[in-house]
Amino acid sequence: MERPIRVLVAKPGLDGHDRGAKVVARALRDAGMEVIYTGLRQTPEMIAEAALQEDVDVVGLSILSGAHMALLPRILELLRAQGQSHVRVFLGGIIPDEDVPLLAEMGVVGVFGPGTSTQVVVEAVREAVK
Amino acid sequence: MSGNDFGRRILAGERLALARLLTRLENGDPEGQAALAELYPHTGRAHLVGITGPPGVGKSTLVNSLARHYRQPPDGAEPRTVAVVAVDPTSPFTGGAILGDRIRMRDLAGDPGVFIRSMATRGALGGLARATTQVIQALDAAGYKAILVETVGAGQSEVDIASAAHTTVVVEAPGMGDEVQAIKAGLLEIADVLVVNKSDLPGAENTLRALRGMLGLAHPVRRGANSRSAGLAASDAPIWITPILQPVAGSGGGIPALLEAIDSHRVYLAATGELAGKERARAAAELEAGLREALMHGWRAAAPDGAFEAALERVLAREIAPLAAVKMLVAGEFARRRP
Repeated sequence: MERPIRVLVAKPGLDGHDRGAKVVARALRDAGMEVIYTGLRQTPEMIAEAALQEDVDVVGLSILSGAHMALLPRILELLRAQGQSHVRVFLGGIIPDEDVPLLAEMGVVGVFGPGTSTQVVVEAVREAVK
Repeated sequence: MSGNDFGRRILAGERLALARLLTRLENGDPEGQAALAELYPHTGRAHLVGITGPPGVGKSTLVNSLARHYRQPPDGAEPRTVAVVAVDPTSPFTGGAILGDRIRMRDLAGDPGVFIRSMATRGALGGLARATTQVIQALDAAGYKAILVETVGAGQSEVDIASAAHTTVVVEAPGMGDEVQAIKAGLLEIADVLVVNKSDLPGAENTLRALRGMLGLAHPVRRGANSRSAGLAASDAPIWITPILQPVAGSGGGIPALLEAIDSHRVYLAATGELAGKERARAAAELEAGLREALMHGWRAAAPDGAFEAALERVLAREIAPLAAVKMLVAGEFARRRP
């Protein structure tokens, strides 16, 4: 049996809109992945800990609060510190265009704003774990 | 990472090594099984507690409250480390799954004495995943004192948890109306502790009355008891009477009483020798399943090409009955495909 891709979908920060995260979680499920959905208001520490216990391949984060440039480096740093630098991280939500190259430089494998087709997200996740 | 490495690192308390071993066990990886073989002598110390019940009755919330209580007992008792195995269903169509039980367990984040793992059923039908037993063994070897296993939302036949756990907690909620009658029959049989959750909701009294009535009819029955061991005469052996509790999981009320009931069940199991009986039954079932798989594998490797298909054709043509075909296959009477 082919090993299913395991993805953690989380919403760090304080905004309460998880519609996008749920749509992405559902799309990844329909693409045959095992999606661990952790819900709203997760701290970077909670996300890193869940990623470790669940031994995921990919972490998807939804951020609409504008705090991505603070949250992302922290989450990536925690993942690295616990020996999970192989975990790929992608991002959705409201991210200004000028931040995208900076995020890519940090190691984020994709930034998916509103209107992105779920098929694009699925393909990007598959590509990232190859 | 070699099998040796896994065993040593897990016994040393490395959580990442444990998480990776669990993944390998889920995937049926031979290296994972080698590591588990090495860890197996360290198993058998944890109290295995199953939490089951229909979808949406509050199993995850209850697990969260219970785990918090294991970690912070109110009366100054020793905190116990807790592992949680939360099982959710795999889609039969896409093979994907949404594992959402962690949403209700956010209170447990940041505590190194807690380890939560979500599992997808991956085609298993009994309410657990294919590798749940092995995952439990790995967590047991890693030293977690209590292992809470939350099943998928269960109907009537998802009762595998009864043989995988020492103590099975069945959770019901009020407001299920007459349907409770239908649902409870299968699950009630395996309950060592019965919980009517959300008992602050209207209808709790009716649900409670219905469940009490069912239990009243069942008493006194000792399921799986081994009354001959431990030197106890059958007449003075203690009898476990399934308690019904009404915690309100979201608020944490009534959780101490639930934990007390779970602990006393463990004491009861040990005192009556039933624990040894359960362990024996579980080990026997695991051996049997493994043997079946290995024999099947061996037979397939040794059987002549096309024997199975030849037998299948003759069964389909109604020339021979399926079980007669099995006898012939085992006796090697399908050496060549029929022309």
